[in-house]
Amino acid sequence: MTQWEVVIGIETHAQLATVSKIFSGASTAFGAAPNTQACAVDLALPGVLPVLNKKAVDCAIRFGLAIGAQVAAKSVFARKNYFYPDLPKGYQISQMDLPVVVGGQITLQVGAGDKAYEKVVTLTRAHLEEDAGKSLHEDFHGKSGIDLNRAGTPLLEIVSEPDMRSSDEAVAYARALHALVRWIGICDGNMQEGSFRCDANVSVRPKGQAEFGTRREIKNLNSFRFLKEAIDYEVQWQINEIEEGRKIQQATVLFDPDSGETRMMRSKEDAHDYRYFPDPDLLPLVIGSDWIERVRGELPELPQQKRERFISELGLSAYDAATLTASQEMSDYYEATVTVAGKASAKPCANWVMVDLAARLNKDGLEIAAAPVSPQQLGGLIQRIADNTISNNIAKKVFEALWNGEAATADEIIDKQGLKQITDSGAIESLVEEVLAANPVNVAEYRAGKEKAFNALVGQVMKAAKGKANPQQVNELLKKKLAV
Amino acid sequence: MIHKSLKELAQALATREISSVELSTLFLDRIARHNPDLNAFVTVDREKTLAMAAAADVRIAAGTAGPLTGIPIAQKDIFCAEGWTTTCGSKMLANFVSPYDATVIDKMHRQAGMVALGKTNMDEFAMGSSNETSYFGPVKNPWDRTRVPGGSSGGSAAAVAARLAPAATGTDTGGSIRQPAALCNLTGLKPTYGVVSRYGMIAFASSLDQGGPMAASAEDCALLLNTMVGFDERDSTSLDHPVEDYARDLAQPLAGLRIGLPKEFFGEGCDATVMAAVQEAIAEYRRLGATTVDISLPNSHLSVPAYYVIAPAEASSNLSRFDGVRYGYRAPDYGNLDDMYMKTRAQGFGAEVKRRILIGAYVLSHGYYDAYYLQAQRIRRLIANDFVEAFKSCDVILGPTSPSTAFKLGEKAADPVQMYLSDIYTIAVNLAGLPGMSIPCGFAGGLPVGLQLIGDYFAEARLLNVAHRYQQATDWHQRRPADIA
Repeated sequence: MTQWEVVIGIETHAQLATVSKIFSGASTAFGAAPNTQACAVDLALPGVLPVLNKKAVDCAIRFGLAIGAQVAAKSVFARKNYFYPDLPKGYQISQMDLPVVVGGQITLQVGAGDKAYEKVVTLTRAHLEEDAGKSLHEDFHGKSGIDLNRAGTPLLEIVSEPDMRSSDEAVAYARALHALVRWIGICDGNMQEGSFRCDANVSVRPKGQAEFGTRREIKNLNSFRFLKEAIDYEVQWQINEIEEGRKIQQATVLFDPDSGETRMMRSKEDAHDYRYFPDPDLLPLVIGSDWIERVRGELPELPQQKRERFISELGLSAYDAATLTASQEMSDYYEATVTVAGKASAKPCANWVMVDLAARLNKDGLEIAAAPVSPQQLGGLIQRIADNTISNNIAKKVFEALWNGEAATADEIIDKQGLKQITDSGAIESLVEEVLAANPVNVAEYRAGKEKAFNALVGQVMKAAKGKANPQQVNELLKKKLAV
Repeated sequence: MIHKSLKELAQALATREISSVELSTLFLDRIARHNPDLNAFVTVDREKTLAMAAAADVRIAAGTAGPLTGIPIAQKDIFCAEGWTTTCGSKMLANFVSPYDATVIDKMHRQAGMVALGKTNMDEFAMGSSNETSYFGPVKNPWDRTRVPGGSSGGSAAAVAARLAPAATGTDTGGSIRQPAALCNLTGLKPTYGVVSRYGMIAFASSLDQGGPMAASAEDCALLLNTMVGFDERDSTSLDHPVEDYARDLAQPLAGLRIGLPKEFFGEGCDATVMAAVQEAIAEYRRLGATTVDISLPNSHLSVPAYYVIAPAEASSNLSRFDGVRYGYRAPDYGNLDDMYMKTRAQGFGAEVKRRILIGAYVLSHGYYDAYYLQAQRIRRLIANDFVEAFKSCDVILGPTSPSTAFKLGEKAADPVQMYLSDIYTIAVNLAGLPGMSIPCGFAGGLPVGLQLIGDYFAEARLLNVAHRYQQATDWHQRRPADIA
């Protein structure tokens, strides 16, 4: 039985967050009435000419710097010629031979917990280009409508090397890239609106074989779930084809989320000849070191830098640091929490954000930016754990109360509900003595070597203390008394 | 009045000898009388023209007039003008009314206050050297109405030669200002690439197209050029060159001028009668104090083949927007989308345009790109370098504009290569992006002969000076066709 290896490369179109289009002054805002954001240039009226939006170049430089790539001193815009009604000029202005960003890499975390591992994906290139308009095939009584609002919207096409070896790695890459472009503020990452969409080049080969198999490209995947489902289906399909003695033909395919299947859009034979050539309306894009340095100065701390700082300054594990820097919102939240709780509580803060907060957000289907508990509130809560005012278990109750908006701070809830931990050893000792006296069976079992009986006794003490006794003290005192 | 220079017309307007409305009416009436035969204009709009003239008269009265305010001119129908049908000589745009102004239109009319007499006929999408590829029919040469006026700016040339307009604009991709100027006894200037904005000038071959003036004299061209130039942020290939007065050096003496005579322009392939007139012009320049230098442009024989790769390549892409989807012609009956495209473009474009689209698509296609397009670009650099070398030993380069005088209507229409060779002396100038002029230098068999002057980059003022001093010493440029009163 052949062992198959999956090879995946990803091309991503990230819509750049500029106010106006890449070659015209028209607005890029989403959702306007059809064709109200298309000027003479976007409509490709006779005689109009493109003028490059420097803000789009800023975005490309930002990206290049963020992935440690080479920002090309000279890149060239080329025309990609094909006819389609939503492509007004009959060509798309893109970059072919000389892209603006060359190389670079992204480090990603694949999987979770013990199975988590780090993976470095190398990027081939990233280039600037304009988006096409939209063809609307419904509601026109058999005709098609054209909306050119999107025509000329700036895109950064980011091309990875075929470095991914599973759909999980592909998704991890797409997520890391998605987080990065939002992190550096060049793309809003809105996948539903098409601001971030992926094409996956998928092939399989027998494990150990050096040459790649023949790839098929799955176009326009606009969610991480579809990306995974499409790749999983495609991989199985390709393996089946090969095992049944058929050859894979190079092709472009579409993923149908309803059936969960990929289907052929066009084969290599009917691939277009795009007749690329340098656009004579645009001069080569020349980027000097002063431009690059200006953009570098405007960059925020990058995820990789933050990750390293979390490890060295806050003593977090590599996994925690990677998880907390998966998005800017999450790392911002975490850092604000640590600011309140104190650096000594950096690790508990990490656990609260990654585990408790994440689970609660997940339950309510919320993004971290919309969390009802603020980092200040959570930090205040963690402070009370650190100074032994409450136990971790009580803290969970307080967190839930904060989540439900019962009070503004953890302290208020602790006061109002009388949750302050009992640390008076005399009080705990008397509770322990009461419980030992009332549960002779458990005591006997424990002394006979049954560890479980001890936990039952701890539970009884905590119950008697209404959960407020310091668990460590309870443990110690119980052990001392039972040892007598 | 119709033979006056722009300077004289400006004077007449300033002294109220005539109003802009009267002057414009005079030319509109001439158009109405002569255009049915010459076919120089494709669009005339009396109302619009007179409204512009009236507005100019208000400016003149208010003392806010510029040097050319109120003077009427003809616009080549390649420049988009708001509210005007802008056809580019094609069925494809026969119904296209531009919603915006080209930069040249904005500068000449809205800013300088000149008056538009109408839009002139041209080879379809500026592809042609005889004006015979126009959807609106050929233009007749006022010097001999059985002959072509040249192209592609043939309507502009015929209009000025027949005094249906004091001056006109043209565009020049491979000779389209200079060759018709030569064939119609006019002075025409193609500026340095990037000096005149291409915004709103319907593109044929973007890296070669350049707008410029066509008029009766170098002085008129200088004044017109002053209104046309300037950096335009809407055109990325526009050059940020300091504003200059192109008329400032007109009167400079020519003593010490070094005129380069490329041996490649004086060999075979040029009619002897044309060459005789050119030689006579050289003798005149020597009398004016110039010296001549023998030079060589060793790669100039490659200019026509390189041009007929690069220009069609760019055109094949530039003309893709004419697809019947958003504006312009759409075939009346079609099945699916591909059928709509094919029928629209098959019916909307003429034969020469289709020929060049096919050539262009071919040379850009996979497997041929390196052999044709890249090779042509290499040749283009060699040709530009030839000029750089040449200008080390001379100030201007001189030769014939076109190898022959105006040919008969239909004479070369069936032979594209013969037609292409009529631009053999002008094309290299576009490939190098240099400024070039054609000025009248005599007659052969009763037909005008053009003299080409080529300058270094940004040497327009020098070229105009060289042309003007010649026109002070000769009267070729003042000759008019016999039947033009």
